[in-house]
Amino acid sequence: MESAYLQFDSVSKSFPGVRALDRVSFSVREGRVHALIGENGAGKSTLLKVLSGLYRPDGGVVLMGGMAQSFRSTAAAIRAGVAVIYQELQLVPELSVAENLYLGNLPARMGWVNTIDMIAAAARQLEDLGERINPKAKVGSLSIGQRQMVEIAKALARDAKVIAFDEPTSSLSTRETDRLFSVIGKLKRQGSVILYVSHRMEEIFEVCDSATVLRDGRLAHTYESVEGVSRGELVEKMVGRSIEDIFHYQPRTPGAEVLKVDGLTGPGLTQPASFIARSGEIVGFFGLVGAGRTELMKVIYGARRARSGQVFIDGGAISPSSPRQAIRAGIVLCPEDRKKEGIIPIRSVMENLNISGRRHFSRLGFFINESRERANAAKHVERLAIRTPSLDQLVMNLSGGNQQKVILARWLSERIRVILFDEPTRGIDVGAKSEIYSIIYELANAGIAVVVVSSELPEVLGVCDRICVMREGAIVADIPRGQASQQKILGLALPAGAQTKTQEPL
Amino acid sequence: MSASPTPARSQPPLPPPDAPPGEPPRTNALRVLWEQTGMLLVFAVLVAGCVIFVPNFSNLRNINGLLLSVTTYGIIACTMLFCLASGDFDLSVGSVVAMSGVVAAVVTNQTHSVLLGILAGTAAGAIVGLCNGIVIAVLGINALITTLATMQIVRGLSYLTSDGRAVGVANDAFYTLGLSSMRDLSWMKWLGESGEFGRFLVGITLPIWIMLACFAVFGILLKKTIFGRNTLAIGGNKEAAFLAGIPVRLTKIAIFTLQGMVAGLAGVILASRLTSGQPTSGQGYELKVISACVLGGVSLTGGVGTMTGVVMGVLIMGIAENAMNLLNIQAFWQYVASGAILLAAVLLDRLKQRRVV
Repeated sequence: MESAYLQFDSVSKSFPGVRALDRVSFSVREGRVHALIGENGAGKSTLLKVLSGLYRPDGGVVLMGGMAQSFRSTAAAIRAGVAVIYQELQLVPELSVAENLYLGNLPARMGWVNTIDMIAAAARQLEDLGERINPKAKVGSLSIGQRQMVEIAKALARDAKVIAFDEPTSSLSTRETDRLFSVIGKLKRQGSVILYVSHRMEEIFEVCDSATVLRDGRLAHTYESVEGVSRGELVEKMVGRSIEDIFHYQPRTPGAEVLKVDGLTGPGLTQPASFIARSGEIVGFFGLVGAGRTELMKVIYGARRARSGQVFIDGGAISPSSPRQAIRAGIVLCPEDRKKEGIIPIRSVMENLNISGRRHFSRLGFFINESRERANAAKHVERLAIRTPSLDQLVMNLSGGNQQKVILARWLSERIRVILFDEPTRGIDVGAKSEIYSIIYELANAGIAVVVVSSELPEVLGVCDRICVMREGAIVADIPRGQASQQKILGLALPAGAQTKTQEPL
Repeated sequence: MSASPTPARSQPPLPPPDAPPGEPPRTNALRVLWEQTGMLLVFAVLVAGCVIFVPNFSNLRNINGLLLSVTTYGIIACTMLFCLASGDFDLSVGSVVAMSGVVAAVVTNQTHSVLLGILAGTAAGAIVGLCNGIVIAVLGINALITTLATMQIVRGLSYLTSDGRAVGVANDAFYTLGLSSMRDLSWMKWLGESGEFGRFLVGITLPIWIMLACFAVFGILLKKTIFGRNTLAIGGNKEAAFLAGIPVRLTKIAIFTLQGMVAGLAGVILASRLTSGQPTSGQGYELKVISACVLGGVSLTGGVGTMTGVVMGVLIMGIAENAMNLLNIQAFWQYVASGAILLAAVLLDRLKQRRVV
């Protein structure tokens, strides 16, 4: 067998509580397009970040052309010939195409940029790709597809040998996607090594030669050729893990309808969203990253303004225009990004815990009642088994699971009817996960309607009574627990393919 | 992770670095001690040094003068503490001092009512603060830019109202705000005759009492009320505070309005002490006040600040200035010194932050 240019040899990367990559090995030959697939959190992004020099692996090594590489920075990776083209393109919109191409490497004589040479070189580079883009145009004025071409040209201008694409077609039209594929074909013929990360199965069969499936940070399977492999088989490899039962699900009988969302539209939602949640019911929301789940929760919670539609609690219409109003109506949210949206890191556990509920035990609605706050915090710290040396400990010093419990405890002094959990266990170790689940059950048993947004299929299947699937900003299915399976839900959540994208208006 | 070129804050959110469960990191006891008492230590050393090496420093009459010299920015620092704690700035306070003094003088002269004059001056400040608050909280404009603009607008307005000249007040009652003390109260006569310290107490003028009252009121407001805690929460993490149901906009508007009102009051008091409203007064006060706060351990990025710290910061600045005066150090050098003090304060803030991150 001819030797592979790019090799991952037993690459591992851990974060506290999470094994993001566990001894992953595979290799890609020159002139091949290799797909990297897996669920959210399977380790694809971590792998790309190792390749691009953003992370350093804890174990294992990346080889290029037989040489072990250990990138100390992204700049080092670029020098070694690696280009990663992320979903969010790394271009400066205010600068021209040519300037972007040679950014960090401007052709200059004694500090003066030689504009004429630069523009000519840029034009040649773009022509090589078969692109007709004016090198003098500002990048901000280009379409997404054109920008991507500029990004590819930039990679080639830096003599990149390994080019990795992260979900490159997620915001491209059909025509742009076709152009991208023909350019990828050209790169392939020139002998580049291409890694292609995508959720879209059709694309993988269309442009990729070989494929690696990651699951829970481990290598699930490597296909030397994707020819003849079925879509179903790939999905199975992506999800086919044994689900150890950390969920301890027990069936409940849901009561009356508590939350009704009727035709809600807002930022990030492409179609009016409607669903209900009953008393004591746990409703799951599954979807890929960017499917609009978080956006929907934020609109329900009043943190984003709804364009139309209504939210009902126990039959009464409310339309919260701020989280404050939502809380008073009985809706609370445990947000997705704990560090950015959940905790106040530099304040104490007690402070974070009482931030909302303190008005219930203040004096005259204005003065803090310190002793009651302390008692309330102590009560919840004990009840939820929050591990903290003291109530005055800064919340940022707690582990992720305990931070999540502090945020949750915040809502237990409110009269809640609906609790929205956005990724309640992201980045939390297994032990703390099952503690969070038991709190979720406890809330449901108390007659609260619970909504759980999660990117982890086993979690949604293990915890929820009913599962709503979102895809591209719309709720596309509402499946009772008994009828749900991993294959079915993932199949619904994956975009059907490039052909469903809107046509380019030209 | 160490290879990452970006600072920790902007790192990809995928796996948050958690401490292992069950054993939260221990905080260094020494570090905590320094954090809580460090500024007190600096303060104590400074006072001791001045008492020993600066002639006349410990003279009670000098102490009275020292306190009087810090009243204007001491009062404003109380509300600047709230601004900074919520993660914002207010640069317009110096101009507000000038404008409210001028307004108070003009209104007093026209209505012959000192009370109306004082109210009008304070209200003028509050209105500027309200405008700042609305622009910043509702329209979402950066506080630095907004108050930089109002700083100039308000300065211009005070020149316009006063025609560019000091507006003298020919009403003796106007001066009481700045000059009266317990000495004027016949029933406190006994205290003044009871010894040196008694004489010191009765000699303390109203502005100093007002400053002390502000320290107490705003200290309680920050520490013991929902408003104060919300202020710190907003400064600590605005988005999280919003999602936790805190009325972020309203709180910000209230903070800036209070800031304007208090700066206005300080301006009126200053005018009373100067017996005229002067459109040139209060220049550079915004920086002096912010320096005092930062010196007192208030974080420029918000979320951290105590009134004790601010009191300390104000006094450190006052003592440094006072000591230099007593040592006959040329006024020009005092600029250099106050700049150096500001730099030292910011460095201190920086060091503290490095500890936090």
